[in-house]
Amino acid sequence: MIEHTTRVARSAFAGHRVAAIILRHLYVMRTSWPRVLEMAYWPTVQMLVWGFASQFFAQHSSWVAQAGGVLIGAVLLWEVMFRSNLGFSLSFLEEMWARNLGQLYLTPLRPHEHIVALTAMSLIRTIIGLTPPSLLAIALYKFNIYGLGLPLLAFFANLMLTGWCVGLFTSALVLRFGMGAESLAWVLIFGLSPLSGIYYPISILPHWLQTVAYALPPAHVFEGMRAVMFDGVFRWDLFTNALTLNALYFTAFTAFFLFMVHVARKKGLFLNMGE
Amino acid sequence: MTDQPAIHVSSLVKDYGEVRAVDGIGFSVAPGAVVGLLGGNGAGKTTTISMLLGLLLPTSGKVEVLGHDMTSGDRFAVLPRMNFASPYVNLPYRLTVFQNLKVYGLLYGIRDIGGRIRGLARDLDLEPFLDTPARKLSSGQKTRVTLAKALLNQPEVLLLDEPTASLDPDTGDFVRTYLQDYAQDSGCAILLASHNMQEVERLCSRIMIMKQGRIHAEGTPAELGRRFGRASLEEVFLDIARAPREVAS
Repeated sequence: MIEHTTRVARSAFAGHRVAAIILRHLYVMRTSWPRVLEMAYWPTVQMLVWGFASQFFAQHSSWVAQAGGVLIGAVLLWEVMFRSNLGFSLSFLEEMWARNLGQLYLTPLRPHEHIVALTAMSLIRTIIGLTPPSLLAIALYKFNIYGLGLPLLAFFANLMLTGWCVGLFTSALVLRFGMGAESLAWVLIFGLSPLSGIYYPISILPHWLQTVAYALPPAHVFEGMRAVMFDGVFRWDLFTNALTLNALYFTAFTAFFLFMVHVARKKGLFLNMGE
Repeated sequence: MTDQPAIHVSSLVKDYGEVRAVDGIGFSVAPGAVVGLLGGNGAGKTTTISMLLGLLLPTSGKVEVLGHDMTSGDRFAVLPRMNFASPYVNLPYRLTVFQNLKVYGLLYGIRDIGGRIRGLARDLDLEPFLDTPARKLSSGQKTRVTLAKALLNQPEVLLLDEPTASLDPDTGDFVRTYLQDYAQDSGCAILLASHNMQEVERLCSRIMIMKQGRIHAEGTPAELGRRFGRASLEEVFLDIARAPREVAS
């Protein structure tokens, strides 16, 4: 007769199932150095471009001269959000490319555990991608983003959350509409950039657009970053606004993702994954 | 053994828009029984298995495995006790055989994963290529790895979709013998969808033949032969496949 070799798996959340998904992606990363290189390549290029631009603007713009490194800080924080989204979405897409999602969803893995594993992979990918350019910025431009101290942690956390929200949304769309929606994983987040005030204050936007911008968490984060860099003040109000909005969006997009899992079960989409 | 069936399906219907893929079927599989599900392409076998796995929601009807409703969150209580194998599903191709089995072992919460993998590798002759990436496996090797994945958690209910398709006769026989021994030794209930009549006759104590989403005939291989006046299961299958729908039933 069958011996009981499995752990009791009735719990609504099990760390070993989350660890399984993380391990699966770490195995893929270990066998593919171009994937690891790609994570750091583009953030480093971006940092170099904006580093030189900063040096030029520092001599020709009184605004930039007031806070050296504001543009490098902005690009690094933007990359946090971009990499967070990409880290989440690509880990989800890996299962689609491998046509493995159906196999995963017939194991005891619960969708919310899958989400937790994807956020963990997003964090790992973001740290791998952002560490080299942030250290290079110190070496090349004497800009130390870690000098922001605890506020950096607040900005990082909020931007990671926003990236996960976009990742959840695009992954849900890919689940529903298949690989035809794959490119959204890369492009959708760019739609947020004009409204995020990455390189300029939100006040530069038309009044009606400012309202839209402030409905998005990144606008509060980048305003908060400028408050620290220009005025040396951590704006708790901006931090709270960003966190509240992120909590709302994260809850909404998690519900959307779970709903799409339900739709996928209803329409038999797990059986026909792929292009 | 308990009186509770390992698998219980009643009035099961699945519609895809205007198309009815499964049309009000009902059956039970007792613990320890090996039941064959036969049918031509599009008969509704894979759709039925997908609903049993909880991957597909029925339009109406009841699907229970080991007493748990597979349409609701209740399925998570039974998913660790069942598994599935098919040569048509992929494992992540960049991962080695060992890595794939380790990931699935973790998902099923297997204690002593390494020991379990080594045991299955020995039984299924996987040892020579445990460190080979899944993409480099031959179809016979891939089938055995998929079977190892399906047996990792020592399932009480095993669903198999054409487990020996595209295998050479020797490997096919090896897999059939292994499944036969596993079912006898473990008391696992197996539902086997196949096009291979000899395989079904050898492994299954009872057979259901599906056509156009319905179960058109059911019984032991000998009973079906008598009922249709045919000497072999293949002839019974062809009779049903070629008959107009209303006559076949």
